[in-house]
Amino acid sequence: MSFYSDFAFFLLLVVSIIPAAVLGLRGKRIARYGLIVSCIFLLLLFYRTPIEFGYFVLFLLLEVSLIFFFLKQRTVRKNTYVFWAFLFIALVPLISYKVFAVFDQNFFGFLGISYITFKVVQIVIEIQDGLIKEMTLFDCIYFLVFFPPFTSGPIDRSRRFIADTKKDLSKDEYVGLLSKGLPYLLLGAVYKIVLSGIFYTYFTPLMDVMHGFSGLTFPGILGALWSSYISAFAYGFYLFFDFAGYSLMAIGASYCFGIETPRNFNAPFISTDIKEFWNRWHMTLSYWLRDFVFTRVVMIATKKKWFKSRLTTACCGYIINMTVMGFWHGITFDFILYGIYHGILLSATDIYQKKSKFYKKHKNEKVYLICSWFITLNLVMLGFALFSGQLRLFV
Amino acid sequence: MENNELEAAILDLLADIAADDVVYDERDIDLFEAGLLDSMAAIELLIALECTFSVIIAPTEVEREEMNTVNKIIAQVKARM
Repeated sequence: MSFYSDFAFFLLLVVSIIPAAVLGLRGKRIARYGLIVSCIFLLLLFYRTPIEFGYFVLFLLLEVSLIFFFLKQRTVRKNTYVFWAFLFIALVPLISYKVFAVFDQNFFGFLGISYITFKVVQIVIEIQDGLIKEMTLFDCIYFLVFFPPFTSGPIDRSRRFIADTKKDLSKDEYVGLLSKGLPYLLLGAVYKIVLSGIFYTYFTPLMDVMHGFSGLTFPGILGALWSSYISAFAYGFYLFFDFAGYSLMAIGASYCFGIETPRNFNAPFISTDIKEFWNRWHMTLSYWLRDFVFTRVVMIATKKKWFKSRLTTACCGYIINMTVMGFWHGITFDFILYGIYHGILLSATDIYQKKSKFYKKHKNEKVYLICSWFITLNLVMLGFALFSGQLRLFV
Repeated sequence: MENNELEAAILDLLADIAADDVVYDERDIDLFEAGLLDSMAAIELLIALECTFSVIIAPTEVEREEMNTVNKIIAQVKARM
């Protein structure tokens, strides 16, 4: 059963929300019921792929024992090498899955591995930072397997999630959540099923290029470029409605279970620069990377004085951060290029905004903002053309 | 360190990181929205607090909304002294 696309899923979702709502409306905690429902949904998710299910169970056993072992270790003493060793072991399943995928082999791969790994790594890092000092087995497992955001996010944080499960929501507070969650589910379905489908029909990359090759004349090539341009935009909007729609549904379903899963999109296409874009597009991913990759790289680089200027340090941080994002999407030419591309764009934006007198003088003017928005939108769409492999068709 | 001295030291530090003296007067504006701090500057601030006052704040310890004005930063440091 596929989440958020099969009819059976939606039917089961509605049925499973009813007892949650009864609990919520009586002011009772939903967490125990939520864990049972999550287990049922995951069984249904994997029942046709028993090998994946096996990998998932193995993964869960490994990571949960790792977390509790590290938690115990950390209370004894804080050691950087021990931390790196635990972090590496936590990443082994994801890395092996991604590397084997390059050779078309499925090793340790299961639906949701990329997202669940983020959650595990967050816990490990926050244990090292001393922010997580204790955790119950129930809380840990519920956080990792909570079904609404299981397959593709949004990426929640453990301390925030666990605090939600322990909140004694009053009836009114739960009604408030429900009255947001249900419309999110509906709106998300419209985004993902209706709108993304419409834009996808305009995404025809191969045809565009062939159209260009059919006549190697100036108007022929220009025509091919123009239709590729339209196609790239269609893909960008398809991706937005598909993913933002999925995210809205995952958030909506979470709300019904009393969990305020964080939002993932905030009108990304109105951004007036690339930094703003990453604060609006796939926000839980970019915030996660900001907190656990960018910040850490920059901290180490600053403390060890790798670079003379702070601007160079920041640029190094951006490029490593976004390259990691590329690799996380998958070890393919397109994804890695996409990551590096955004790393360079963020660095260039930072240098420009820090150094340019022109920027400082005009940054708040309307005409400047409109131009900046237009350029940003086109750079973003060019990025999606790299991501989808559309641009590679030209090479 | 006296309260006033501490405040003055944090203000100097912020003015240096934000490269703007406006922090001395505008103590309640959102520093991120005003463009005075960004992710990079926020990290520099954490490192500077650790080096100058031995106050360690982990990057995800405090939500950005709880540390986005001069007064909130001063309060976070004081709470840990």
